[in-house]
Amino acid sequence: MKVEGDVWKFGDDIDTDLIIPARYLNTSDPGELAGHCMEDADPGFASRVKPSDIIVGGKNFGCGSSREHAPIAISAAGVSCVIAVSFARIFYRNAFNMGLPILECENADELKSGDRLSVNFDDGTIVRLDDGRGFETKPIPPFMQELVKSGGLMQYIQKKLK
Amino acid sequence: MGMTLTEKILAAHAGRDTVVPGEIINARVDIALGNDITAPIAIDQFRKSGAKSVFDKDRVVLVPDHFVPNKDINSAMQAKVLRDFAREQNLTHYFDIGQMGVEHALLPEQGIVGPGDLVIGADSHTCTYGGIGAFSTGVGSTDLAAAMITGEIWLRVPETILFVFKGRLNPWVEGKDLILYAIGDIGVDGARYASMEFSGPVIEDLGIAGRLTMANMAIEAGAKNGIVRADEKTEDYVRGRAQRQYEIYISDPDAGFSRTIVYDVENIEPQVAFPHSPENTRPISEAGDIRIDQAVIGSCTNGRIEDLRSAAAVLKGKKIASHVRLIVIPATPWIYRTAMDEGLFDIFLDAEAVISPPTCGPCLGGYMGILAKGERAVATTNRNFVGRMGHPESEVYLANPAVAAASAILGKIGGPGDVM
Ligand code: SF4
Repeated sequence: MKVEGDVWKFGDDIDTDLIIPARYLNTSDPGELAGHCMEDADPGFASRVKPSDIIVGGKNFGCGSSREHAPIAISAAGVSCVIAVSFARIFYRNAFNMGLPILECENADELKSGDRLSVNFDDGTIVRLDDGRGFETKPIPPFMQELVKSGGLMQYIQKKLK
Repeated sequence: MGMTLTEKILAAHAGRDTVVPGEIINARVDIALGNDITAPIAIDQFRKSGAKSVFDKDRVVLVPDHFVPNKDINSAMQAKVLRDFAREQNLTHYFDIGQMGVEHALLPEQGIVGPGDLVIGADSHTCTYGGIGAFSTGVGSTDLAAAMITGEIWLRVPETILFVFKGRLNPWVEGKDLILYAIGDIGVDGARYASMEFSGPVIEDLGIAGRLTMANMAIEAGAKNGIVRADEKTEDYVRGRAQRQYEIYISDPDAGFSRTIVYDVENIEPQVAFPHSPENTRPISEAGDIRIDQAVIGSCTNGRIEDLRSAAAVLKGKKIASHVRLIVIPATPWIYRTAMDEGLFDIFLDAEAVISPPTCGPCLGGYMGILAKGERAVATTNRNFVGRMGHPESEVYLANPAVAAASAILGKIGGPGDVM
């Protein structure tokens, strides 16, 4: 699978309260959550993000709570994938479990807002279309690849239960 | 090579003799937990999967504690999803208001979790139960749904970082200060994907409440779990409560720790974590002049009876500053009643605090104490992210209950030494 999109750059330690503030957690409706995505980090994000855009973060993206509302809000906002130097573990798990593609890239800090990227999930390569520069990503563990192939954790266990 | 306490619990639940860090295992869960924010999504997935019943009605626990007593219509709808599901599935451990407490204070208190257990919860502070020697970790709603159906969870075996606390504690230094100090030292991703095992003479002397507080905040260093080996104190605590057989594990002398970090607690004062990160810690003596509008004493971190006693010891016979609002939230009905019986409510009311029923409430900016633009709060909770307790331009300072109480009296951040 391949996607192309524009970068929205955020910093280190982007926590789940920044991704979707708890004051909106009295619903799990994806559309409503998307409307408040990244609100406390960039109030204009939800209204300006375009389908297939890409969120890029620094280290420890998604730290904080276990709320699946965070990857749900990101997905529902139309974001095609998240690239970060590193991810907090519950966010990392949640993203795979629900099928939001995420990639760990050591040099993610060198990407900036507005960069246009082409991301290939099959071989984990990222190319910046503006200058043709390639970025390497950490390989995804085989078990996680299987989760993604199945379409997420629920589909994976249903396959196993059969 | 030997195994760590965490590795032993994981191996036992994966039906294996050994596990090594980095491998992915499938493990049996003793308890799967959800709350009124996370469980509705899990229940929805459960239904969509076509599953008819949970794997074990005694092992799926639902606690509506975040926005309950219902703060608005949406919250009421979410709470109803839990109530209906609990009735339909005939769950043994569903807690509606009157029995409900903040989940991570409630489960150990009620003996639902015990040493050696493997517990997963769709709430990041599920790591709290490491305080009594359980492996427990936060997961998302999809993981909860899968565990409710299968009774199993996939887990990557974490490396373990050993923390050794030595020396003599300074006055008013509690478990909260030890964990804040450690987070300040290693950073909010200092233990990412890893297990934090807390040990040493100071931890052996620490009560169960303090150990639960420390394990509670392991997630704030990015950890998968925090854990303290169960000992006699733990057994005294769980005896008479444990609803199941429990098992005590300890790390082997030749266990492979990825790092060992030793702290001499004589250098540790009460700590304050400044906005907007739990790693922005400073000793109380260097807090400077921070005027506050609100103080919150409660939460899964510091809402236990020991915490209320500590706050009451500082507040006794005093009034809070006239510009400060002090909110005290006993974390469970048992704590509420005990505090009342011990006369702590008189102390709080005389000080002009307000006492809330058990709830997460303001801890996550839910309700019952939201901050306005520009306001500052000192709180005994665990997170001080941007907007955590209200307006994105408000501020939260994390501290222990005695410091929060002293700050309420002073009207600015300060320690018990400044008021007693
Ligand atoms: S008290 Fe705060 S941290 Fe604890 S479970 Fe409730 S919202 Fe989460």
